[in-house]
Amino acid sequence: MLEFSQQMINGLSLGAIYALIALGYTMVYGIIKLINFAHGDIMMVGAYVGFFSITLLGTNIVVAMLVAMIFCAALGVIMEKIAYRPLRNSTRIAALITAIGLSLFLEYITVVILGPAQKVFPASAFPVKVYNIAGLSILNKQIFVFVSAVLLMLILQYIIKRTKTGKAMRAVSLDQEAAVLMGISVDRTISITFAIGSALAAAAGVMIGVYYQTINPLMGIIPGLKAFVAAVLGGIGLIPGAMVGGFVMGLLETMVSGYGNSLYRDAVAFGVLIIILLIKPTGLFGKNTGEKV
Amino acid sequence: MITRRNKKLALLLAMMLILSIFAGCGGGTEEEQQPVGEKATIPVGINVELSGAVASYGSNARDGAVLAIEEINAAGGVLGQQLEGLQRDCKSTADEAMSVSAALVGENIVAQLGPLTSGDVAGSTPIMMDNKIPLIAPAATAANVTVDEKTGETRAYIFRVCFIDPFQGTLMAQFAADNLKAKTAAIYADTSSDYGKGLAAYFKQTFIEKGGTIIAEEGFVSGDRDFNATLTKIKGSNPDFIYVPGYYQEVAPLIKQARELNITAPIGGGDGWDSPDMLSVAGAEALNNTFFTNHYSSQDTDPQVVAFVEAFKAKYDKEPDAFAALGYDCAQLLVQAIKDANSTDPQKITDALANIKDFVGVTGKMTIDEQHNPIKAGVVIEFKDGAQTVNTRIQP
Repeated sequence: MLEFSQQMINGLSLGAIYALIALGYTMVYGIIKLINFAHGDIMMVGAYVGFFSITLLGTNIVVAMLVAMIFCAALGVIMEKIAYRPLRNSTRIAALITAIGLSLFLEYITVVILGPAQKVFPASAFPVKVYNIAGLSILNKQIFVFVSAVLLMLILQYIIKRTKTGKAMRAVSLDQEAAVLMGISVDRTISITFAIGSALAAAAGVMIGVYYQTINPLMGIIPGLKAFVAAVLGGIGLIPGAMVGGFVMGLLETMVSGYGNSLYRDAVAFGVLIIILLIKPTGLFGKNTGEKV
Repeated sequence: MITRRNKKLALLLAMMLILSIFAGCGGGTEEEQQPVGEKATIPVGINVELSGAVASYGSNARDGAVLAIEEINAAGGVLGQQLEGLQRDCKSTADEAMSVSAALVGENIVAQLGPLTSGDVAGSTPIMMDNKIPLIAPAATAANVTVDEKTGETRAYIFRVCFIDPFQGTLMAQFAADNLKAKTAAIYADTSSDYGKGLAAYFKQTFIEKGGTIIAEEGFVSGDRDFNATLTKIKGSNPDFIYVPGYYQEVAPLIKQARELNITAPIGGGDGWDSPDMLSVAGAEALNNTFFTNHYSSQDTDPQVVAFVEAFKAKYDKEPDAFAALGYDCAQLLVQAIKDANSTDPQKITDALANIKDFVGVTGKMTIDEQHNPIKAGVVIEFKDGAQTVNTRIQP
């Protein structure tokens, strides 16, 4: 029981990170039906911005996170303007390939500028404390990651459900042309979507930096893919789905490593993707509406 | 594949043409200048990577070999003759290693030292085999360097002074069982690399032979950053020792997470741990009670190592790394073989190399086995409050 509780803690902190990244995937998909494969790499850029904010500007972790979120929000908007907007009326496959191209671009431009070697997050940026409660070890950074992830998700939920911008986003997601007729600026709404999604990825990037202490230019690939699976699992395009999908993925991986065999961990993660696509392609929370074209 | 082969063939043909031209015009003069049997010096080829991707490996090994040759010559040479090191750059590519070897053979070398990487040695191998001249590799650790994997035959003219990677697993198992008195061990290996899998397999074999029990076998892959789940599981089985063969990128956060989960058991690994990032990521406290095997350490207090380190520092004004030490041992081993053979004939030197027993180098005492791998000692390095200190030498 003790071991199980410890595994739950491990799984929830991993799941919180997946959920944060999955939110960005799902928001962009919900609005323009694009799987933004560069999302994981924006997370990586966010981690680097946070790193330099701490090491060069000497800021604390919260400020570093804000700096990274602002930087990546701008990056997301620019990316959308340059790479995705000209393709908005092209085939979806063209936009998808552009996303993969952008992903590689971000990875290797970082390699060129900052070098391929990993960078170490200074331990002083977030002094780790271990709390031993009834035989369980809980780290302050696990609490930090979990709480800030949940907080960001609540803020996001508020923006989408309670604000005008959120209403516009939901409208564009439902029907772009009708939204235009209602006087909603589609361009502006899509820009805001990219800004929010990228800011969430940046927050996740800084959290990964704090949590695992090392960052490198290719760190976005695997978490990005896992978060993508999480988004599909919950029902891509649906925000609650992404949250639940993220936590399910985190717990699933942890339990497979903990009670099954660590060698099958990734196989199970991607096996889930295949099973979901075969049995319920719309995901756990999705309604079967048929292909919208 | 086909085009590559053609390219190599073309290169070979071109070289043969050029060689035959030289042979045609230079044959007469050579005999006049160097009558057979009265050579003033013994030419030794040093074919190493002095530029390209692994230039630092090659130049350090070269520095070690040159130091050894100077020391030997200062002490009167071997068989009354002075050694002459012919340094050539193979530019960190297998093709270049091959043509450099061909050129060195043309200079009548008795043996070749280098190259460093397994791939470059493979480039050089066909030339050495065809001309029946021995090659001593300082640091090529792949198993197929000295053994043809298809036929299982030992390559007759290829030797090395480093142990192959998986052998480190054997050394660590001995250390865990004999020095740490571990009865049970968990293996948590990098299963995405041959390196991690090889070390794990050898560790398991030796640890069981020593009467120990492997109570858990887990794996991670390159790029993993979260090890909490598996570590929690390992903690539940409470092993005396945890073996983590892998590279520092994954091992450093792994050790940190293990200590955060209150796993206090000693943790061990191989030379993939050797990086300053271990300390900056895991921190000094987490690294206490962790050990890794390596070829050599410049901190070793063995008198022979101390003398080597001092001589090297005096000549080059830098600390000798493992490559420098292995380069030094290459040259010393060759001299031992020339003495044993009492001849500078490459075939006789080869026979002597194959029969080397208990040769004492700075990287340890070694005996060449039938696969031309040295059976030799390794050092176990312990992290003590963040500093690497030599815990012990393990003799197999």
